[in-house]
Amino acid sequence: MDYTVIVILEILRAISWLVILAAGLAIIFGMMKVINFAHGEFLMLGGYITIMSHNAGVPLWISIAVLAPLTVGLFGILVERLVIRHLYGRIIDSLLATWGLSLLMIGGVTMVFGNTVQGVSTPLGSIAIGAYQVPGYNLLLIVVAALLMAAIWALLRYTSAGLIARATMQNPDMAETLGVRTSWVYMATFGLGSAVTGLAGGLLAPLTGVAPSMGVNFVAQSFITVITGGASMIAGTLSAGTLLGTISQGVTFATGPVWGDAALLLAALVLLRVLPQGITGRIFRKSL
Amino acid sequence: METSLHRDAGFWVMIAIGLALLVAGPLVWDLFQIMQITQYVVLSVYVLSLSYIWGFGGILSFGQAAFFGLGAYTFSVASINMGETTFPFLLAFGLPALFGAALGYFMFYGKLSDVYMGVVTMVVTLIFWKLINHTAGPEYAIGDARLGGFNGIPSVPVLNVPGKPEAWLDPGQMFQVFMAILVILYIVLRTLIASDFGRVSLGIRENETRAALLGYDVRRHKVIVFAIGAGIAGMAGGMWATYQTFVDPNVFSLEMSAKALIWTMAGGVGTLAGPIIAVVVLQYLSLKLGEMHVLNNNFILGGIMMVLVLLVPKGGLPTLRDALVALKARTPAALQR
Repeated sequence: MDYTVIVILEILRAISWLVILAAGLAIIFGMMKVINFAHGEFLMLGGYITIMSHNAGVPLWISIAVLAPLTVGLFGILVERLVIRHLYGRIIDSLLATWGLSLLMIGGVTMVFGNTVQGVSTPLGSIAIGAYQVPGYNLLLIVVAALLMAAIWALLRYTSAGLIARATMQNPDMAETLGVRTSWVYMATFGLGSAVTGLAGGLLAPLTGVAPSMGVNFVAQSFITVITGGASMIAGTLSAGTLLGTISQGVTFATGPVWGDAALLLAALVLLRVLPQGITGRIFRKSL
Repeated sequence: METSLHRDAGFWVMIAIGLALLVAGPLVWDLFQIMQITQYVVLSVYVLSLSYIWGFGGILSFGQAAFFGLGAYTFSVASINMGETTFPFLLAFGLPALFGAALGYFMFYGKLSDVYMGVVTMVVTLIFWKLINHTAGPEYAIGDARLGGFNGIPSVPVLNVPGKPEAWLDPGQMFQVFMAILVILYIVLRTLIASDFGRVSLGIRENETRAALLGYDVRRHKVIVFAIGAGIAGMAGGMWATYQTFVDPNVFSLEMSAKALIWTMAGGVGTLAGPIIAVVVLQYLSLKLGEMHVLNNNFILGGIMMVLVLLVPKGGLPTLRDALVALKARTPAALQR
C-alpha cells in the first residue's frame, strides 16, 4: 500500500517536473509557433538569480517565486524587442538566432561566474509515508505544477488580456484589424513565457545547483514535451507531460535514469509519426 | 542554374585550387601547418554534409553532430577491433547514413514541420551526447574498444594503406588523402546537384507541394538526401577520429552542430565553396581569439550566429556576389550621365 502511494507520487512528480520545465516554452510556442532554443539558458538565468539573491540575504522563497520570474521575464522582453521581433514569419531564422543567443549566454555567464557549480541546500526536509521518506520538495513541485496550469488557464479563459491573446492565436490578422496591437501581444507573451521559465529555473536551483551549461540537461525533456503536446498551451503540456512523464518514470524504474531521455525521444518520434502536429493537433483541438 | 557544370568556371577553379594544395602542400608547409590545414580539410568535409542538404535539398538539420559523432565512434570502435582502417572508414559512412535514413523516415514520412524537425534533430544529438557520457564503466565495451564515457577512446589507429595494416600514413600523406577526398566529394556533390536527382531536390526545396503534384515522391527523396548528408558527416567524423587519434563525447556536442550551421550560413546557403572558405576563415579567427583568452569560445560562436541571422541572412558569398552584380549594373548608368 505504502509502496503504491510512493510509486504514484513519483510518477506525479515526474509529470509535474515536465509540466514546470515546459510550461514557459509551451506558452511561447502556442502563441508564436516558435521554439525558443535558448530555453535552457533562461532556466539557467533563473537559477543564478535565485542562488545569487539568496546568497545576498533574500529569503529563498522570495528569490524563487518573485525575483527569478521577474528578472527572466524582463530579460525575455528585452530579447523579444532586440532579436525575435525582427524575425517574425522567418521561423527557421528565429530558431537559429535563439540558438546563437543560447551559446552567447553560456559563454557570457562562464566569463562572469566561471565554470563552477553553485548551490543551496534543498529546503522542506522529508515527509514520512508509512515506512518510506518522501522529500517535501517533491510534493511542492506537484502543487506548483497544478497551480501553474490552473493560473494560465484562468488567465486565458477569464481575463480580457486572455481573450486578446486567444484571438491573436486564432487569427492574428483579424485581431490586428479589430485594433489589437499584435506585436505587443507577442512581446507580452514572450515575457510571460520567459517569466514562467525563470520560475522553473528558480525551482531547479536548490535541486541541482547552477552552472553555466546546466541548461543542456533539461532542454531535451522540455522540447520533447512541447512538440509532443502541440500548439495548445495547457491541454498540450498536460497531455504530453502525463504521457511522457509516465513513460520516462517507468523506464527509469526499470533501467536507471540514463535511458529515460532516450525513451522519451523514441516515444515522441513514434507518436509524431502518427500525429505530426502533436497530440493537440488532432485530439483536444478546441481546448486551451 | 541552367549553365551546365563543365562551363562553370568556379567549379574548375575550386578543383584546381584543391589539386594544387594537394600536390604542393606537403612540400611547402612544415609539420605544424600540415596538421592545422588537415583539420580545416576534415571540417570542410563535415560542413559540406550540411551545406548540401540545406542548400540543395531544403532540409535544415540542427543535429549534424549526431552523425559526425556516430561516424567518429564507429570508426574508432571498428578499427580498434579489426586492426586495420579501410573497412571501418567505409563503415563510418555507412552506419550514420543508415541511421540518417531511419531518422529521416520518421521525420519526412511523418511530414513534420520545420520547427519540429529542428527540435527533433537537435534532441537526437543531445541524447547521443548524454548516453555516450554515461559509458565510463568497464562494462561499456564493444569488443576490444572501451567507450570510456567522458574520457573518450584514446589511441584510435592512424589511417593505413588499404590491405596493409602496418603501413601507416604519415601526416603529409594523410593530408593528401583527405584533400583528395574533399576534392572528390566536391565533384560528386556538384555532379549530383546538376543531375536529374539534384534538380528534383531543388524543385522540392523551392515548392514541396508543387513537386508532389508533379508526381515526385517528396518524402522518399528527402530521406535519400538526408541519408547522404548523414553519411558524409559520418565520414568526416571518421576522418576527425583518425586525425586526432582520439575521440571523446564532444564530437556529439551542440557546439559541433552549431558550427556546421554557422559555417554554412557564413559562407552562404546554396553554395558549396562559400562554406569551405568560411571554415578556414572562422576556424583561424577562433584559434587566434582563443589564444588571447579574453572571450569565451561559446560567446564568440553565439555572437557570430546572431549577427549572421540578423544582418547577413543570405550569407557571405551570395551577399558578395549580389554586391558585385549591383556594382556592375551601376557602372554603365554612371557613365551614361
